[in-house]
Amino acid sequence: MTLLDYLLGRKKKTASVAKERLQIILAREHFDRDGPDFLVAMKKDILDVVGKYVAVDLDRIQVTLDKNGDTEILELNILLPDTHKPSGKVQVLR
Amino acid sequence: MAKIIVVTSGKGGVGKTTTSASFAAGLAKRGHKTVVIDFDVGLRNLDLIMGCERRVVYDFVNVIQGEATLVQALIKDKRVDTLNILPASQTRDKDALTQEGVEGILEQLKQTHDYIVCDSPAGIETGAIMALHYADEAIVVTNPEVSSVRDSDRILGILAAKSKRALDGLEPVKEHLLVTRYDPSRVDQGQMLSIEDIQELLGISLIGVIPESQSVLQASNAGLPVILDEGSDSGQAYQDFVARFLGEERPMRFLEAERKGFLKRLFGT
Ligand SMILES: Nc1ncnc2c1ncn2[C@@H]1O[C@H](COP(=O)(O)OP(=O)(O)O)[C@@H](O)[C@H]1O
Ligand SMILES: [Mg+2]
Repeated sequence: MTLLDYLLGRKKKTASVAKERLQIILAREHFDRDGPDFLVAMKKDILDVVGKYVAVDLDRIQVTLDKNGDTEILELNILLPDTHKPSGKVQVLR
Repeated sequence: MAKIIVVTSGKGGVGKTTTSASFAAGLAKRGHKTVVIDFDVGLRNLDLIMGCERRVVYDFVNVIQGEATLVQALIKDKRVDTLNILPASQTRDKDALTQEGVEGILEQLKQTHDYIVCDSPAGIETGAIMALHYADEAIVVTNPEVSSVRDSDRILGILAAKSKRALDGLEPVKEHLLVTRYDPSRVDQGQMLSIEDIQELLGISLIGVIPESQSVLQASNAGLPVILDEGSDSGQAYQDFVARFLGEERPMRFLEAERKGFLKRLFGT
């Protein structure tokens, strides 16, 4: 960023956008790659169940697997849309 | 005991062949008996970068198929006498490289060399898998750019799962991050991932940073590994990398952009 950009509050830090996107996609790929098979299958099932009730975009769902000593922690983060229409028909959008 | 090092990346065009040539030449220049092998079957290029394209008679696949001996196929570098090159075959046969064939050649090369540098092709197909299979260490070449970082991460996953060391339950392949084509001024402007970003994303230790540099193209025009262009910025960055690989401590260089004048800083380029 140039000084002028800074003074005018113009931001174009595409590098930080790149970093954030990579952090998310790499976490997802690590999960699919390193996660035990049943967890990967379970993740898919959970997403399908969620999709039965509310339309969520896949990019608003984060699944991560963390290790804390001997315990493995499966974290599922779902950002619900502002107006959620409960419906049995809506599927998770892929 | 000879060491096998793969130069890999997943993505094409990031600087693997440039790095393999300079890495091997740098090791050899320090007196280590070194051989560099082109695993890019069908797209031979290391010979051009090393400047020995007219001296290729036999290749990797000829040796595997018993049409030539290893001694016949190895090309001795004219500038550094401890350096050998084993060129790739130009065959279009995808299955020309066999696991046993590759293993046999590596075993033979180990008898007479200290370092075996494997220049991997792009992708995650047979050639790339063969190149990394027997590796003791890996140089993961990465550009400061989203697809390169992601592909490097993929390759790290493959090293951890499919390399011989992983399959045999031995100590894992030692992984080193080499960032190439780095342009500090674009990092300063927030347009390019920084070294810290890449390191944090990939989680492996940094062994060097090679700046984006015109001297690389010029060296390739001349068939000279750029490390032998000793005054050039990228040549020096490769010399630092080789030194660190051999255990020396060297501060990272070429991380700062050239100082810009006041007007440029105000208005950009
Ligand atoms: N540090 C660098 N600065 C400028 N150009 C580079 C640099 N490293 C590699 N290149 C160029 O990038 C292109 C691809 O390099 P190469 O080593 O063949 O990549 P790969 O083997 O990964 O496909 C070549 O044209 C090479 O000259
Ligand atoms: Mg190449």
